[in-house]
Amino acid sequence: MTKKKIRVLAAKPGLDGHDRGIKVICYALRDAGMEVIYTGLRQTPEQIVQAAIQEDVDVIAMSVLSGAHDYLFPRVMELLREAGARDVLVIGGGIIPEEDIPQLKDAGIKAIFGPGTPTSETVRFIRENVHR
Amino acid sequence: MYDAKKLKEIEQAAAAWAEKTADLLEKRPERDKTFKSLSEIPVERVYTPLAESTLDYLKDLGFPGTHPYTRGVQPTMYRGRFWTMRQYAGFASAEESNKRYKYLLEQGQTGLSVAFDLPTQIGYDSDHPLAQGEVGKVGVAIDSLMDMEALFDGIPLERVSTSMTINAPAAVLLAMYVETAAKQGVSPETLKGTIQNDILKEYAARGTYIFPPAPSMRIITDIFAFCSRHIPRWNMISISGYHIREAGSTAVQEVAFTLANGIAYVEAALRAGLKVDDFAPRLSFFFNAHMDFFEEIAKFRAARRLWARIMKKRFGAKSPKSLMLRFHTQTAGCTLTAQQPQNNVMRVTLQALSAVLGGTQSLHTNSMDEAFSLPSEDAVKTALRTQQIIAFESGVPNTVDPLGGSFYVERLTDDIEERAQAYLDQIDENGGAVAAIEQGFIQKEIQESAYAYQRAVESGRRVVVGLNKFRQEEAPLRNFLRVDPALRESQEAKLKQLKGRRDNTAVMVALERLKGCAQGADNLMPPIMEAVTCYATLGEICDTLRAVFGEYAAVSTL
Repeated sequence: MTKKKIRVLAAKPGLDGHDRGIKVICYALRDAGMEVIYTGLRQTPEQIVQAAIQEDVDVIAMSVLSGAHDYLFPRVMELLREAGARDVLVIGGGIIPEEDIPQLKDAGIKAIFGPGTPTSETVRFIRENVHR
Repeated sequence: MYDAKKLKEIEQAAAAWAEKTADLLEKRPERDKTFKSLSEIPVERVYTPLAESTLDYLKDLGFPGTHPYTRGVQPTMYRGRFWTMRQYAGFASAEESNKRYKYLLEQGQTGLSVAFDLPTQIGYDSDHPLAQGEVGKVGVAIDSLMDMEALFDGIPLERVSTSMTINAPAAVLLAMYVETAAKQGVSPETLKGTIQNDILKEYAARGTYIFPPAPSMRIITDIFAFCSRHIPRWNMISISGYHIREAGSTAVQEVAFTLANGIAYVEAALRAGLKVDDFAPRLSFFFNAHMDFFEEIAKFRAARRLWARIMKKRFGAKSPKSLMLRFHTQTAGCTLTAQQPQNNVMRVTLQALSAVLGGTQSLHTNSMDEAFSLPSEDAVKTALRTQQIIAFESGVPNTVDPLGGSFYVERLTDDIEERAQAYLDQIDENGGAVAAIEQGFIQKEIQESAYAYQRAVESGRRVVVGLNKFRQEEAPLRNFLRVDPALRESQEAKLKQLKGRRDNTAVMVALERLKGCAQGADNLMPPIMEAVTCYATLGEICDTLRAVFGEYAAVSTL
């Protein structure tokens, strides 16, 4: 029996237009056998959570390079909790100072992947941590 | 450049040398079977006159300041004056950024370059719901003329040239700048500077678009017409390959897609009834300086030659100034590593040197800490000093185009020109740059190059020092520049105050007039100037235009 593919929502919250990283992640996750839905730019936290629920994803992978992660990432987590979607694995990446990571993890983001992270590391993390 | 007999001799000698070298290779093989530039252009073991036997010096290179400008746009280049040292800066409030600008000018910077925050770049006031978390983060927050006045307070706009990275709402920020200068007693004719005003690369690579392509192109040509008439020394567009490259393109794609966009702007301006020699001299460009040193130098030279030929042959431009590709350069942000950040200083030095050897008109050098956050004041200072060392200590600027005539650099210049031309032909067949973007062609080409590069790094085929080789454990950097999240509240308070104090009837009338103009075909700049002057906010002006023009819906390319 073939196992169901891991479904990932790749998302760009906020106004940031840097999408090189998230697109590379999309390609890499697909090459690793996952199903990836990319939201495109300028998504509000509300739109991301709605899309995640509608698409019944296992993972949300968000990317922010504008510095707005401090507001946007916790806001997505808050809305996910309100929607009762507790078992979605949420990860993030972008230009994120090391000292911001503890509070993002406290908010429920399971991992932050900074510049230079090999995509293989992100793939492995998702496989090992996804709730299925 | 060599006669047939000499070439024959060189050919024979080259064959003998290759044979001898082949024997050596059995004992001492080279590091790789094949060598390729960062753009995957094959690189030979050595270059000789054979690689450039068809080069026609006067036709293909010429002299500095002469067609096709391969060797530079001015006859004396940096022997006359160094490039403009222009660090892109801006964060938090107008007052805070004003302090950074004054600091940079005191340190010997010779021009300003304004970074706006994302809400400003997308035409939202700081109190807009979508601005949450973004106010003042990647640049300065400008909501109205009041902020612009504070941004340039005490900075003499008749002397300083200012570049503004603003695209979709460029008309509004330009109007604010002109009005701020007027309040300092400086007339538009004397203003020097640049607005980026390049919407096509926003759709393709950078993401801060507002309106669909057709009205966006109209705003741009309205700006061209207005600037040609009133601000003759202003660079009314900076056609940008920088962001295309940062998004992952190769050097060849950077040249090709940038010039394709340039062609689209020229065609739009001609359709709007402008004459080529009236506006083409004020077109400027913006390129990336990346890691492959010689390829970058060749890229700048190839771009100049291609543009000169396009303007002359395709558009029949007569004025020499219309043929000159003048450009700003920024070192490649995407090459900076978060690992061992001090190494970034060396990367920036090499990249900056390639820009100078490539004949740039102005330069921004990145700071070593930019893989983490906005740069600290110390890091910016080192970045500026890097330029000053190249300018004052290296001796590089003392002769024009010192690598002209290098067999390798000339071959690479030709290779890049040929490959970029092939893309330009393909884009023409697809209906031009606007159509190619609407079809997602440009975006796909860029993202596929980005992924190919990522795989090359992960497989170890491309080495990034400190990242996939020579790694070490290190303590995380701390003490980054931080923007106070309370800025949003203070901008909100300023907006509220402003709206209580200004002449709201005048604002309403101005916005109505703008709406009428947008629905018609007259130049949008006069009503935008009027709205700005009575302190209509950026968001109010852009919302008025959104109501008429609608908003761009990006095509999906994944």
